[in-house]
Amino acid sequence: MITVERFETVDEASASVASGGIYYGGGTLVMRAVNYAEAGHDRLVRSTDPALKTIDSNGTGLTLGAGVTMADLMRARETEFLSSAARAVGGPAIRNAATIGGNLFASHPYGDFTTALLSLDAKVNSTIKTDEDIEQFLASRGTHTGIVRSISLQIPERGAFRFKKISRVKPKGISIMSIAICLPQSAGRVTNARIAFGAMGPTPLRAKAAEQALEGSNLEASAIERAVAALENDLHPADDPIASAWYRREVAPVHLKRLLSERQR
Amino acid sequence: MAKTPVQFNLNGSPTAVFSDAGANLLDVLRRDVGDLTPKYGCGQGTCGTCTVLVDGEPRLSCLTLAESIEGCSVETVSGLANGAELDPLQIEFMEGFAAQCGYCTPGMLMAARALLNRNPNPTREDVVEAISGNICRCTGYESIIDAVLRAAARRTGRIA
Repeated sequence: MITVERFETVDEASASVASGGIYYGGGTLVMRAVNYAEAGHDRLVRSTDPALKTIDSNGTGLTLGAGVTMADLMRARETEFLSSAARAVGGPAIRNAATIGGNLFASHPYGDFTTALLSLDAKVNSTIKTDEDIEQFLASRGTHTGIVRSISLQIPERGAFRFKKISRVKPKGISIMSIAICLPQSAGRVTNARIAFGAMGPTPLRAKAAEQALEGSNLEASAIERAVAALENDLHPADDPIASAWYRREVAPVHLKRLLSERQR
Repeated sequence: MAKTPVQFNLNGSPTAVFSDAGANLLDVLRRDVGDLTPKYGCGQGTCGTCTVLVDGEPRLSCLTLAESIEGCSVETVSGLANGAELDPLQIEFMEGFAAQCGYCTPGMLMAARALLNRNPNPTREDVVEAISGNICRCTGYESIIDAVLRAAARRTGRIA
């Protein structure tokens, strides 16, 4: 038998999640599990806390409530730079329900939006930790027993952020991979490069050797070649029904090179 | 099993049901309300045949917790026609052979309805994007896209 526990605030709901309840956000992950009677999905927890739906910008930084949907992100002026990543998630009906908080927990090969957040050095605010680095959060998300309240990030300079989802079916398909890059520049040189891949490991991951290869460059062709060559040790793809690990590994450099070169123009 | 009261507006009519705890909106519409137009396909958000409009926006009813739509407006294919007068979308789907087995049709109609309500003059690309979450294994999509474009023209008086 399924029970649903409802709370007005996230704080009130957190005790229920800590004791084994499953948090219901937008429903796209949880209701699928409920429909298929997956074990452990018989106690749902909801919160109607309005803070979960807020988008706050101070001009340089953004705080996104965990209940903000992909459709919300595509509509809001403050989050226009994220719309390409939000649009990569499902069709219109999914995007009206899928939340950024839920996307943090979407397992391979889903969670494309989290790839974007990873490239933006986002911080995760939950009932357990405040301002947790997203990379650390992803490393332990399988055992997370809190509720995500919001995600914070710095707004990248214009043109620094770029996102690409690669799939076989157009216009919508499951990811072969997604790539997000954020390449801030100082005096014409790349500084603090971030390259993140989705569907290339158990969680979205950073390609740190490739990032290092771009550091201090002005994205000249030789730097891009070095970054692409360095990818080999960064990625840990798996076989799945969408693509083999071999295929993903073979085409990842091609897609990264295209994305880096697009930005160069 | 515990029941939860849920009140919403279905196709313009106030509706109240006691739903099973954890029930999805599709089950409530089909079993509790008796509206059989939204279909059960995959139950995991892939096929789109359960698409309904919640407050004017397309939602997958199989992935929507029924009690979460408390106080909302829900539209299904049942509400498209005005008595015997079919909606332009229904007319164009029928005349353009946009349905073969017909299983995807309710979801396609509601996804298209949401598009035309928001954008009365969509481009072909707009239509493709609007139905991108709805799978059809019969038509190859072209007749559906054409039907939506013709319905848009009919709604705006560009064709009679």
